[in-house]
Amino acid sequence: MRYLQRRLVHGMILLVGVSIFCFLLSDLAPGSFFDEMKLNPQISSDTIAALQSQYGLDRPLPVRYFRWVKSVLRGEFGYSFAYNSSVRSLLLLRSRNTIFLTALATVFAWLIAVPLGVWAAGQPGRWLDRICMGGTSLLLSLPELVLVFAFLYLVIRTHALPVGGMESTGFEQMDSCAKLWDLGSHLVIPVATLALASLPLLMRHVRASMVETLNSRFIQSARAHGIGRTRLLFRHALPAAANPLISLFGLSVGGLLSGSLLVEAILGWPGLGPLLLESSMSRDLYVVVGIVMASTLFMILGNLLADLLLVCADPRMRVT
Amino acid sequence: MGTEATARAPKTALVRIAALSKRYSQAGGLMGKRFVVDALRGADLDIAPGCLTALVGGSGSGKSTLAKCVAMLEKADSGEIWFEGNTIWPGTSKQLSRLRPKIQMVFQDSASALNPRLSAAQIVAEPLEIQNLGKRSQLRERACELMTEVGLSPDWADRRPLEFSGGQRQRLAIARAIALKPALLILDESLSGLDLSTQAQILNLLLDLQAAHSLTYLLISHDLTLVGQVADFIAVMHQGKIVETGNRQQVLGSPQHAHSKELAASVRVVEEAYRTARVGIER
Repeated sequence: MRYLQRRLVHGMILLVGVSIFCFLLSDLAPGSFFDEMKLNPQISSDTIAALQSQYGLDRPLPVRYFRWVKSVLRGEFGYSFAYNSSVRSLLLLRSRNTIFLTALATVFAWLIAVPLGVWAAGQPGRWLDRICMGGTSLLLSLPELVLVFAFLYLVIRTHALPVGGMESTGFEQMDSCAKLWDLGSHLVIPVATLALASLPLLMRHVRASMVETLNSRFIQSARAHGIGRTRLLFRHALPAAANPLISLFGLSVGGLLSGSLLVEAILGWPGLGPLLLESSMSRDLYVVVGIVMASTLFMILGNLLADLLLVCADPRMRVT
Repeated sequence: MGTEATARAPKTALVRIAALSKRYSQAGGLMGKRFVVDALRGADLDIAPGCLTALVGGSGSGKSTLAKCVAMLEKADSGEIWFEGNTIWPGTSKQLSRLRPKIQMVFQDSASALNPRLSAAQIVAEPLEIQNLGKRSQLRERACELMTEVGLSPDWADRRPLEFSGGQRQRLAIARAIALKPALLILDESLSGLDLSTQAQILNLLLDLQAAHSLTYLLISHDLTLVGQVADFIAVMHQGKIVETGNRQQVLGSPQHAHSKELAASVRVVEEAYRTARVGIER
């Protein structure tokens, strides 16, 4: 419990540090949300100055920062100039879509990577292992971008799936089954891309960890007792090989908010990706800070979850 | 080859190994050139029941490979292995699974030979669990009995391997090895890496267990001084072959093969150095 408290305090300090860093960087970056307005002859400089004053942008950086901290404590996380709403409402809606997408892709990637990695490690050097290793090498060498474009090319050629977005026009009028089908068909490309992008790394980690464990003496001892192959792999080897995989799982959870930004932006998925892109381009400061903070929070929680899982999974951690 | 070996071997041998060969090959280099190591080149050995047979030889002579082949952890390329008159290599998986509990192995590094995630009781009880030899509570009770037999307190049943000292871990490994009442215990450098006092304690424990359970030992060791004290028979291994076998007086007293002579001479050098050092200390 004390460990948990200490980790939470560390997390809070990290969040404060990241928020200060974000504000400093945004202050150093050239331009502001109102620069584009200055080019518009219909908007007077007085109006722009009034708007800047209204949002507190004419104040020094520390004042702006503390005003933002106050709004965080109120649960608003600042104000979006472009959307004219609190950042919280924007983040809640967009992060829900992003998490839905990335969680699905992460589950798929792990469900494929673990059995495949264990299976490949059980027969290293054989042709099936070689196919797996060759396949993952190919996937590792392909950037996410290439995978998305390859899928898009296929879909455009075959018309088998919708090309982008999250739902088709007239989605609200559809019945439940049709809605589910529509959502599923929109999910195929982003989920497949994200799962294939993370699969090789996960599978190689599982395989490497399992190969190392399978060569250890206690596995040989277990074999000498006549233990069956399945029990050997899943009761002895996999739990012993799990520690690096649990840490990796923590990173996967940590990347739930930030791992799909590019794919979302390309495929028009209404998640945090397009929002971050738009907000960065228009210098919508508090939205950018909000997204960065949310991603950091997920990373901290993911690592904390991994550490807690490690304590549950490995009795040695409880001893130390 | 196997028939000839059978004819050569004494009828009383618990384990009979005839013309055993094992080659390891690994692809390497940019051109995929295969590296080949002949670990065993037609090794022949008989292990007498109820005795301690020591397998000695330099590093890379094939001792551990031979032991792993007998323990059915490695598959030989050719040759034959009999155990209590039954062929275990080449043999069917049904034969192997029936005979496997009778041959157990204790490794050198007990820290890595025990699953770090399991408790002492789970480690000792696991062979019994695999063979379906009782319910969970019975298995734990039996594990505690075995721990007591090897000199470990049953109060430590819930401790993990890393909470034990090196000697205690080796006792735990021995408890696990004798759980299935094996006929043959292979001690692969099991006494190496322990301090002299612990080594002596473990050795005494092994000799007590041998007397109590009529165990046969195959001891693999680099320590010829130790082997000279405890082995009934010694087999000298060199470049994948058994080059000389006999009782310890024969092999260490009047060795025939050049490699055995070198090994025996090294024992004498060590003993002489030890005596000189002792005299120096006593003065």
